[in-house]
Amino acid sequence: MIRIRVLFFASLREKARTRECEQELEDGQNIRALWHALLARYPAIEPLGASLSFAVNQEYADRDQILRDGDEVALIPPVSGGS
Amino acid sequence: MFKIIQGTIDVGRVTAAVAHPAAGAIATFLGTTRNHNDGRNVSTLEYEAYPEMAISEMRKIGDAIRDRWPVHGVAMTHRIGIVPIGEASVAIAVSSAHRSAAFEACHFAIDRLKEVVPIWKKEHFDGGEVWIGSQTGTVFPPGEGQPRR
Repeated sequence: MIRIRVLFFASLREKARTRECEQELEDGQNIRALWHALLARYPAIEPLGASLSFAVNQEYADRDQILRDGDEVALIPPVSGGS
Repeated sequence: MFKIIQGTIDVGRVTAAVAHPAAGAIATFLGTTRNHNDGRNVSTLEYEAYPEMAISEMRKIGDAIRDRWPVHGVAMTHRIGIVPIGEASVAIAVSSAHRSAAFEACHFAIDRLKEVVPIWKKEHFDGGEVWIGSQTGTVFPPGEGQPRR
């Protein structure tokens, strides 16, 4: 098993009602698997899923990225636009 | 210099950070809270950041600028928390020997910041609040104190 530190921000933080959590996953799982595990715990975040980006240890990552024990994964809603 | 701060941005400090004896130009940009957006009266903006990653992404923008333009200094400071109408939420300064590089790099910096730096903006307006860039918003029905989600 691996342990991931998950960070929630902005709209996602409000839906999940927490800034962070810890999530256990099987070895070799990717960000997509993490997302599904989080959905089970925090179903209210589901509508935001399509527009989310992810970062692993403060670098943008795609959903196929394999996670490792101790990784910090941030769920990144659309960043502030404006023009 | 790349910073996330609370409280008023010291713009003089941001420009001083890029001053250089070989620079003939310092271009600056301030993003300020506007009182209207998308047909709504905006009462204030509120910013939230993933600070460690925001700083590293701002630094990468500085690196990208140096790859592309002959600049001396790049500085960015973003404010988090409530930013009242008219106050600056972000300040960027770029110095270079000649002004066209400074202007262009400064323009690139703010455009790129809004694409990649993990900072979020919540707009408070008459009747509700909404995270900008997000599809979801919370509207307060008139006469009620609690948000309906």
